[in-house]
Amino acid sequence: MSLSLADVEKVARLARLAMTEQEMQAAQAQLSNIFGLIAEMQAVDTRGIEPMSHSQDLAQRLREDKVTATDQRAAFQAIAPQTEGGLYLVPQVIE
Amino acid sequence: MTWEIVIGLEVHTQLSTNSKIFSGASTAFGAEPNTQADAVSLALPGVLPVLNKGAVERAIRFGLATGAHIAPRSVFARKNYFYPDLPKGYQISQMDLPVVGQGALTIQVEPLSGNAKPYEKTVRITRAHLEEDAGKSVHGDSQGVTGIDLNRAGTPLLEIVSEPDMCSAAEAVAYAKTLHTLVRWIGICDGNMQEGSFRCDVNVSVRKPGQPLGTRREIKNLNSFKFMQQAIDYEVQWQIDTLENGGKVQQATVLFNPDTGETRMMRSKEDAHDYRYFPDPDLLPLEISSDWIEQVRATLPELPLAKQTRYVNDLGLSAYDASLLTTSREMADFFEAALGNNKGQAKVCANWLIGEVSAQLNRDGLDMARCPISAQQLGNMLQRIADGTISNSGAKEVFRTLWAEGGEVDTIIAAKGLKQVSDAGAIEKIVDEIMAANADKVAEYRSGKDKLFGFFVGLAMKASKGQANPAQLNDILKKKLEG
Repeated sequence: MSLSLADVEKVARLARLAMTEQEMQAAQAQLSNIFGLIAEMQAVDTRGIEPMSHSQDLAQRLREDKVTATDQRAAFQAIAPQTEGGLYLVPQVIE
Repeated sequence: MTWEIVIGLEVHTQLSTNSKIFSGASTAFGAEPNTQADAVSLALPGVLPVLNKGAVERAIRFGLATGAHIAPRSVFARKNYFYPDLPKGYQISQMDLPVVGQGALTIQVEPLSGNAKPYEKTVRITRAHLEEDAGKSVHGDSQGVTGIDLNRAGTPLLEIVSEPDMCSAAEAVAYAKTLHTLVRWIGICDGNMQEGSFRCDVNVSVRKPGQPLGTRREIKNLNSFKFMQQAIDYEVQWQIDTLENGGKVQQATVLFNPDTGETRMMRSKEDAHDYRYFPDPDLLPLEISSDWIEQVRATLPELPLAKQTRYVNDLGLSAYDASLLTTSREMADFFEAALGNNKGQAKVCANWLIGEVSAQLNRDGLDMARCPISAQQLGNMLQRIADGTISNSGAKEVFRTLWAEGGEVDTIIAAKGLKQVSDAGAIEKIVDEIMAANADKVAEYRSGKDKLFGFFVGLAMKASKGQANPAQLNDILKKKLEG
């Protein structure tokens, strides 16, 4: 499978990446290589093998439902670019 | 030509855990902004999610209560989108392998219009999956900026998705209400709609009978049943008008404006639905053993539908009364505690709860949990009605006193002189006296003026200061008058 430049442009937009024409061409070649690798893997016969959703064959450990975190807002907000009244400020979001 | 309406619901229920789904931060509502936003809620670099057992257990409870398959193995996925209240840039959710599979919910539908009768319907539930809530955006304080509060980020949600099985606003509302009752009943969600604990998205489309499904529009974030009904009614009419005028319905997300009663398209974000789900490498598959499922099953209370059946079959109540008594677990518990072993008084007990108690709660703006009268007090009062100590009007007086001042039923009866005179001798004496004093009327009665009976009852009641047992008084009076 080969990737078109339009595909790269769309993926970049979804990932909020601003890319130059040159960077997109480089990304197109790199991503196409990755798709080549995936195609190779997909050619392997995996009939009868249950798909894995994780590279480790383990199950999730669970936490007891207890509140363990304490309020560290002052520490976290000390490194935030902009805060006001306890809120983190971001450029205005228009619905 | 008529149109068919097709409705499906997606309901986000906030699970009533103490801590967040992937971290130990508190989920309590109403805290100062960001004081419950820990490093995981903020998505600081290097943090890892650790799944909350309490959230999983609540999902299992829901699955069992709807007769659904609980997945022995389910998988968390990343749903990718950019929004400031979602600092990771993705929401951890479930896609291909949700924790709860197909189930069903039986609903009682009360048609909203005309003389149509209530009916029962079973709505299929497609799936229910665990995910994390996002934070909140606060608009308006300062120009050009939006404030972000991440206290809610990471609160566990169970998203419950129905099949498009509903075909009217009444059915959609009945389904939402039944679900709302159920999640509170099994103790997985507080159901507080004002605080956003129970949020409904409604998918609506219309079609001509026999045609394939029409294009749907999704009404987002309805947080009241009244708005849900208004929004669906408006949306259905809009779609029908659009199609009948030769237009086309475009798939879209709309918001309901309660002030105008209209639905309005949200600014459609390009690529909004391209979420690029993939399994979250930070989380291993969730495994649920059959042992765990059975442990949870053992802690489930008797469910509303089972209770309704029991009330009808064992206690002889109507289906309507049974459904009213099971609108909340508090109500059903109160009913059963007040009734105790006196099964014969089920109807009287139900009438008091559905009538006086509910009306008074409504008037005082209280819910069952804060009812000033205890089940035991009501039970004691019913006992005194049953054994003839007080009449129905006496009971109303006792009830008013219990509500306003509290106290013991028997003490109130004694203090207010509400005890009925059930002593046959005493009543006979009163009757003899009034007959002697009204000999002329007795003669008229005996010559056929039946209507005078009420006159004698009135006199006798007055003479007994309203305390004569009415049934007994009637019997004695009739016997004596007929000589």
